[in-house]
Amino acid sequence: MEDMVHVYLMGKMYEVPSNLTIMKAYEYAGYQLIRGCGCRNGFCGACATIYRIKGDPELKACLACQTKVEDNMYVASLPFFPVVKQVYDIEKVKPTQQIMMQLYPEIYSCIGCNACTKACTQGLNVMQYIAYAQRGEFEKCAEESFDCVMCGVCSSRCPAGISHPQVAMLARRLNGKYLAPKSEHLAQRVEEINEGKLEEMIQNLMQKPLEEIKELYNTRVIEK
Amino acid sequence: MYTKEMLESMKKVEAARAVNVTLDPRRMTAEEKDVLLKTYHPDYKEGEFTNLSVGPNKGDKVPLELAAILQANPRINPDEVDLSNPDYDVDVLIIGGGGAGASAAIEADNNGAKTMIVTKLRMGDANTMMAEGGIQAADKPGDSPAQHFLDAFGGGHFAAKKELVYKLVTEAPEAIQWLNDLGVEFDKEPDGTMITTHGGGTSRKRMHAAKDYSGAEIMRTLRDEVLNRGIPVVDFTAAIELIKDDKGHAAGAVLMNMETNEILIARAKTVIIATGGAGRMHYQGFPTSNHYGATADGLVLGYRAGAKLLYPDTLQYHPTGAAFPEQIFGALVTEKVRSLGAMLINVNGEAFMNPLETRDVSAASIIRECSDRGNGVHTPEGVGVWLDTPMIEIKGGEGTIEKRIPAMMRMFAKYDIDIRKEPILVYPTLHYQNGGIDISTDGQSCVENLYVAGEAVGGIHGRNRLMGNSLLDIIVFGRNAGKTASAKAKETTVGTLTLDHVKAYVKEMEEAGIHSDIVSPKLLPDYRRVK
Repeated sequence: MEDMVHVYLMGKMYEVPSNLTIMKAYEYAGYQLIRGCGCRNGFCGACATIYRIKGDPELKACLACQTKVEDNMYVASLPFFPVVKQVYDIEKVKPTQQIMMQLYPEIYSCIGCNACTKACTQGLNVMQYIAYAQRGEFEKCAEESFDCVMCGVCSSRCPAGISHPQVAMLARRLNGKYLAPKSEHLAQRVEEINEGKLEEMIQNLMQKPLEEIKELYNTRVIEK
Repeated sequence: MYTKEMLESMKKVEAARAVNVTLDPRRMTAEEKDVLLKTYHPDYKEGEFTNLSVGPNKGDKVPLELAAILQANPRINPDEVDLSNPDYDVDVLIIGGGGAGASAAIEADNNGAKTMIVTKLRMGDANTMMAEGGIQAADKPGDSPAQHFLDAFGGGHFAAKKELVYKLVTEAPEAIQWLNDLGVEFDKEPDGTMITTHGGGTSRKRMHAAKDYSGAEIMRTLRDEVLNRGIPVVDFTAAIELIKDDKGHAAGAVLMNMETNEILIARAKTVIIATGGAGRMHYQGFPTSNHYGATADGLVLGYRAGAKLLYPDTLQYHPTGAAFPEQIFGALVTEKVRSLGAMLINVNGEAFMNPLETRDVSAASIIRECSDRGNGVHTPEGVGVWLDTPMIEIKGGEGTIEKRIPAMMRMFAKYDIDIRKEPILVYPTLHYQNGGIDISTDGQSCVENLYVAGEAVGGIHGRNRLMGNSLLDIIVFGRNAGKTASAKAKETTVGTLTLDHVKAYVKEMEEAGIHSDIVSPKLLPDYRRVK
């Protein structure tokens, strides 16, 4: 007999094996998920979930696909949260502090309660990356927020109405496009290809008889 | 966390580590690989395949599970669908909201086309989001598109369409540049040099990455760009049948709201199928690393409309799916773990192969080690071999794992396994659909005005895809389809809409004596407990 636990899925009690993730517990209970289920591997943020263990007043947050059920667990799915996503033209924005003031001024209303960090399903220091964004330190904001899966739980807990994942998204794009060092070798290679400098080499290879291509493949030198 | 048997084997792995870490096991010869694949690779298991009885690939071999959905009943009765008053009318209709669909949408938008994305889940719920390891491009001085061609074409067993591989490799550097210009954060040295590593089967270090969130970083950036441009995204809406016009050209799709089941009609001048892969078909009972919606829908839609498939009988089993713990059974352990120096070790602590063989060879080799050779480690779900992750810290220095593969570290840490100190158990998992709909270099299938991009395409990777060529393919061929489909839309006038092709397909099935009790496209797997 499997070890069973009681879980309350959206308030309704089910008995499920203790080794299941919350997501698999839903399925065990008979749900065929449509919302609240995406990659099932902790990358997409579709299965944001709020839970509380009976007897403990604290609300916790997690990804349903990455978290095991516990006995007397109350589970509420949060498959969608209405965060603000401002639109902008990446070619026209500049990586300065002003852009945050312009697009996401609410970040300056942060009261420092740290609820976002406590709620993060990825264990990120969310309040810290918002602080970096406030100061226009986009490189640091990008690094601190890099593992964000944009599930939105942080925003659901924020008294200031901050859209943390979108702020971080903007910071990362600004960093990736404008602040990170340019790759000279990449620009050079694109130019070489556009000028047709490498065309002859590949055409020669493609036109060889199959046996010759096979020989070249099987004897090619592999860079150490 | 680990069982007693696992811990005993782990001691042998630890004891042998100092020696193993210095080894560079020789690569297999072409003949050895050939025999290995034919004996152990799932693609060669005769009983798992059948020949199609109807459609453009009649007589061709496909997996049993794929045959079942290709030769299944439509979700709608064509006679009952009113096509006279479309709910949406656009230039370019893109089915699928992953990396290929998003790239196509951005380029179609650049070209001034009225573009719309429909996706059965959310924008970004796609295998792209889960691609961890990286994206290939020959942009370093010691490398060239020709060298990239040789690796990709050879790795795919010389079966790929050369003109598609040519496009893939020659447009790769520009694809990286395009992503970088959109703000994708690639791993770079302080001077801007891209940090690149090997993948299985590469002869040059050309794997670009964004830590081990490469696909996620690309996907969330593309999604942000699609939203910035105001391109309409109709989410939780599946395409369940293509619509043609009276000229026999693709001209839209029948859509279904996933939550309300409402049927909607989209008319379009051109259609792009960007529906992704098929891992959730669980071919041969394998677990999968794929996202929830990977059910080969595009192949079904295209096939009923007359699009020909290429290599539908070849699947990629990623050699290193998580074999333990069971909560993450089948989840991807990125090839980057091996790129960074972790080796494959059997139950006795022996490094039984070079860890950077191509994926099909590695998978077959692990299956051999765990079956006939009896050198696997038993797990609750089956069997596996060790992937000796602590070697990464020895080779790359302390902190390498946290810096380069944080997602892997997090995934196992949730189950109290510290991959910096302990090795992990792996076994092949269903990862990629090598085959798909046959296209020409403009991305068009044999059905006029029907374009295909991304994993739904067949022929780019031959019979085996290299790591890092899929993220590349969705960008190169996604953009390509967006450009060509939007250009084609400008010269297209849509005729009267019809579902006659669906009726004809049903009739062909009847005449072939096929009676199916399922409907397709499948849309989602069903994991509810069977009582």
